[in-house]
Amino acid sequence: MATREEITSGLAEILEEVAGVNPDDVAEGKSFTDDLDVDSLSMVEVVVAAEEKFGVKIPDNEVQNLKTVGDAVSYIEANH
Amino acid sequence: MSNVDVVVTGLGATTPLGGDVASTWDAMLAGRSGVSALTQEWAAQMPVRIAAELAVEPSEVIERVRLRRLDRSEAIALIAAKQAWADAGLEGSGLDPERLGVSFGSGIGGAQTLLNQDDILEASGPRKVSPHTVPMLMPNGPAAWIGIDFGAQAGVHAMASACATGAEALALGLDIIRSGRADVVIAGGTEAVIHPLPFAGFAAMRAMSTRNDEPEKASRPWDKNRDGFVFGEGSGAVILERADHAKARGARVYARLAGAGITSDGFDIVQPDPECKGGIRAMSRALRDAGLTGADIAHVNAHATSTPAGDMGEIIGIRTAVGAHPVITSTKSMSGHLLGAAGAVESIAAILAIRDSVVPPTINLDDPDDRLDLDVAAHKARPLEIHAAMNNSFGFGGHNVALVFTRP
Repeated sequence: MATREEITSGLAEILEEVAGVNPDDVAEGKSFTDDLDVDSLSMVEVVVAAEEKFGVKIPDNEVQNLKTVGDAVSYIEANH
Repeated sequence: MSNVDVVVTGLGATTPLGGDVASTWDAMLAGRSGVSALTQEWAAQMPVRIAAELAVEPSEVIERVRLRRLDRSEAIALIAAKQAWADAGLEGSGLDPERLGVSFGSGIGGAQTLLNQDDILEASGPRKVSPHTVPMLMPNGPAAWIGIDFGAQAGVHAMASACATGAEALALGLDIIRSGRADVVIAGGTEAVIHPLPFAGFAAMRAMSTRNDEPEKASRPWDKNRDGFVFGEGSGAVILERADHAKARGARVYARLAGAGITSDGFDIVQPDPECKGGIRAMSRALRDAGLTGADIAHVNAHATSTPAGDMGEIIGIRTAVGAHPVITSTKSMSGHLLGAAGAVESIAAILAIRDSVVPPTINLDDPDDRLDLDVAAHKARPLEIHAAMNNSFGFGGHNVALVFTRP
């Protein structure tokens, strides 16, 4: 089981690769769209990469609930 | 003839000869070839193993994350357009976006993205296909991205007329400004499909040179031993501007785009009309449109791709429509055939030929075809005072475009 810190840092790697987000800016309270400037197409890439990295399924109807990095960490923590 | 004068105020290019206009032009004047052996693994099994690849990789110019969302043809179109924009002094000029248009095309478009994503689909399933696939492969992608980057709101147009695309994009740009719809148009062409499938397709047509052991000698327009064109990639962009608009902002003017002629053969999907009838009509229309006669044209940058079938028809055409006097050249002998970008890059060569009073050479013309009865600047650049020059571009499908540029 990955810790919340490990999941956050894994997401930071994906966000850097896909959207050029500075890993230092990635924290649980940050909104993907408002704070990290991740647009809808990049968010699709983040989700697909996260599924692979953490061995989870993130259905499309769940993605709209993942507003912040913390939301994504909680979902991955609960489902992987 | 139109009473609206249209001038060229900016140039941009990334080609097999250089990453910008200056290096490309220097290489042309020096008679350097941009053709080399392909080192990609897939090339080993191809009957053709040479190409004219970009001198400067887009990754050296565009940052990594942005490049992930761009097909290679879109990336190099943006690079050329940005150079042209800066060259025209339009950065921070306060140009009204509603008076800025784009006319930019590609012969084949985002085929590399289509094929790469199909590989991913086959190997890993639909969920792994990039959400950027469609905007990367759509043929209007290069024009659309340019429109977005420069905020163009007067209309963004994407031509697709095979190897005449780049020239047709300039012709449409001319029409847009003459019609009063825009003051400035970013016009040009782009192509980047050095990938096994298009390569195999052209090879299957027996259209490409198989001179694999001598890449730099493979593109040899009008030479007896020519055996096909050399596949190239690149992009060229030109800023077209209403002359009084350019004058009002004190812009440097390279040349006038004085006239354009567009025709179609209505003849064959790949074979050019052997008597160049459509080409002759295009050249004649361009001259009429420019208010000139053939006698005024000192130089023609010919389409001449180095194919056995295509090269000689244009010779007949130039002699008929323009005359026996112009000094002609095929810069494809050096750049390879840039397909949808060819007409734009070769227009830039014609414009700089006027500016610098010099015709770039046709290299490799060691043993001219017996039917070649026009004056070619063979092997070496030829000093020549040029008041008016023509650029010809013809494309699969029977597209013919001739452009006439004159000294400002």
